[in-house]
Amino acid sequence: MAEYILEMKNITKRFASVVANEDVSLSIEKGEVHALLGENGAGKSTLMNCLYGMYDSYEGEIYFDNKLANIQGPKNAIDLGIGMVHQHFMLIPALTVIENVVLGLKDNKRVLDLVSAAEKFVQLGRKYNMEIDPWIKVEQLSVGQQQRLEILKALYRNAKLLILDEPTAVLTPGEVDGLFEMMATLTSEGHTVIFISHKLNEIMKICDSCTILRLGKVAATVAIKDIKNRQELAALMVGREVRLTTQKAPVKLFGEKLVVKSLSCNSDRGLPAVKDVSFKVRGGEILGICGVDGNGQSELVHCITGLRKVTGGQIFINNSEATNLNPRQILKLGVSHIPEDRHKYGMVGSMKIDENLSLISYKEALYSKNGLLKWKWIRSHSKEVCDDYNVKTPSVQEAANNLSGGNQQKFVVGRELERSPSVLIAVHPSRGLDIGATKYIQSQIIKQRDNGTAVMMVSTELDELIELSDRILVMYEGEVMGIVEQKDAKRETLGPLMAGIKE
Amino acid sequence: MADLITNFLSADIRTATPLILAALGLVMSERAGIVNIGTEGIMLTGALLGCLGSFLWGSSFAGALLAIAGGGLMGFIFAFFTVSIRANQIVVGMGFNIFAGGFTITLNRLLLSGAKVSGFPDYPIPLLSKLPILGEVLFNWPIPVYLTFLAVPLSWFVLHKTNTGLKIRAVGENPKACDTVGINVFRNRYGVLIYSGMMAGMAGAFVSMGQLSSFTEGMVAGKGFMALAVCVFGNYSPVSVMLAGIFFGAADALKYRLLTTSIGGYYQFLNMLPYFITIVALCVFARRSNKPAGSGIAYRKE
Repeated sequence: MAEYILEMKNITKRFASVVANEDVSLSIEKGEVHALLGENGAGKSTLMNCLYGMYDSYEGEIYFDNKLANIQGPKNAIDLGIGMVHQHFMLIPALTVIENVVLGLKDNKRVLDLVSAAEKFVQLGRKYNMEIDPWIKVEQLSVGQQQRLEILKALYRNAKLLILDEPTAVLTPGEVDGLFEMMATLTSEGHTVIFISHKLNEIMKICDSCTILRLGKVAATVAIKDIKNRQELAALMVGREVRLTTQKAPVKLFGEKLVVKSLSCNSDRGLPAVKDVSFKVRGGEILGICGVDGNGQSELVHCITGLRKVTGGQIFINNSEATNLNPRQILKLGVSHIPEDRHKYGMVGSMKIDENLSLISYKEALYSKNGLLKWKWIRSHSKEVCDDYNVKTPSVQEAANNLSGGNQQKFVVGRELERSPSVLIAVHPSRGLDIGATKYIQSQIIKQRDNGTAVMMVSTELDELIELSDRILVMYEGEVMGIVEQKDAKRETLGPLMAGIKE
Repeated sequence: MADLITNFLSADIRTATPLILAALGLVMSERAGIVNIGTEGIMLTGALLGCLGSFLWGSSFAGALLAIAGGGLMGFIFAFFTVSIRANQIVVGMGFNIFAGGFTITLNRLLLSGAKVSGFPDYPIPLLSKLPILGEVLFNWPIPVYLTFLAVPLSWFVLHKTNTGLKIRAVGENPKACDTVGINVFRNRYGVLIYSGMMAGMAGAFVSMGQLSSFTEGMVAGKGFMALAVCVFGNYSPVSVMLAGIFFGAADALKYRLLTTSIGGYYQFLNMLPYFITIVALCVFARRSNKPAGSGIAYRKE
């Protein structure tokens, strides 16, 4: 009989009328790495937040160390020995590392003794081979270091069970390996890890068992050694067979449509973000832009789409200069932009679908006459776009916010593609989408490429880039580390480039 | 000449004291992420309550206590609206100011009618107050002035060296992160708002009883807003706040000095001087900032 550190029994969590978790039961053995797998919105994070006491209420029972636990808030969870590394780090950038570590500790004295806390922290870091200077501010740490700090913060609180919520999403392949080594060390010492992810190959690689959530319910709990391949896991996750590979015709090139010459620009903080970047995208190919988040990809896209001032170099779109033009002028040159954050740049959430559709084209003859919008035509056209791009919505009069993430993204993609662009800039086109929606959007991007559009696609998902791109440009700290042909693109070749290592 | 300097510096410190007092309270609440624009109203109420307490019980000390209690209560009410109900902080703050304008006038006409009350008596420090110039400028003041300047290093210590201070700074930056380590964000914000209300109440009492010892309607005249400006100009840090307070006090003292000179006829413009300097200073120094990332946003637990 296995010894369980945690048993969650019949957990149900409702938000207003929505049921996020329904009758979920989960048992975690002591010392294992247990994966929690599911598509976006399947309820993985909700379940873990229940466990960590982030919500006011839930139904069901939680047993920790075979004792019924009454978790009212994170304080109780921490006292039990549960540590959680949230997907969005819960660190305070303006404070120092050690201040973040001791924040909220219940045995803090009135006047803080940071020096001895720092000593203990450094020792702990040394033990797990991830030392961090306790006296610098968190904002100076890289994303990978911040994650290590989060793990150390939990261990400092004597966590026995560590919950890692999508920990690999923000790491380079090298850092991912480091994280996996650390997880192995932890479990060998008797710690238990819950690993939340939707990356099948990672789960196959490091987990002992796996609970799969689908639509808020447990679809299956399996031992990884009984699973033959990731195809099998994917089918369990989605509930039907899925094709994990995408079909793509050979490249047919049409001239150079997007040319960037020694481009430079600054970040919001006024520091150089893009440094002397040059590349060309031809019609009929997909150029993937690869790199860990925050290495200048966003700024590069903003420069091309006119959202950021270019400080050096030139941009040509369809052979006409587009450097520092405003967004409208750039759109007129035949550029479509699927922005990185659909809520921030892609749509106005509180406005209706048809209103969102007319935001770009309202000045065109079909949409308006003498400054008055032709609503009748706009509505029927919105309907067409929704039908063409599989956007599920009760009506085009629905507020964009009320659509699911996948349908919002399909709508943005539809709006951008129906303008038949000659250059398509797609940024994280499948971020936060389930496998079905991801595959659909990828196929639409490929269709554009086959029609002769020059596609520039930014993504942090290596698998997606390797699969779709004809060439992959790797960025590191604002510089181009190299451009790799698809046939040579593998995790092993791209990983070092993403970490800034050139042979 | 020595007299001129002494008078100028004394006037400076007299004006600076309520600004620093209120701003030290604001440093705590602003750091915890609450913008309390209602400070003006709390100060005005404190000015009235101070006189009222002194009038009723014949002691400036009782007046100060009443002002502090009233300020604390207003801070609590402000917290209820902005922290628990999550109302917009600016709107509630403006509501406080408008309320205090009417409330103090009514109470004054009902109970006080601007009566002269006993103010804070001067308390010269033995020996030190006999020093030339310095003695008069630094060591010949009512107790609240000494306490105000003692509160500066104390506030710094609390903010940077204690567990409470760390929580205050953290709550203003990222309340959700604080929640995940078991800090009660709501209790923390209630605490700093009550504290900053008490400080503003006391600051108001000093406005009415520090020199003139009577309440006149609308007498705070923007000092609450200036305290907010002092807090921002002082980069949300106690020691800089003290310097900023002295700087703004100097602008005020300069106004009085100029009123007695040949350009005193343009007194409308001279009256604008402290406010004008406030605006210019804020424009110039607004950029370098300890302003917390979560400033002005109510926290909602899911």
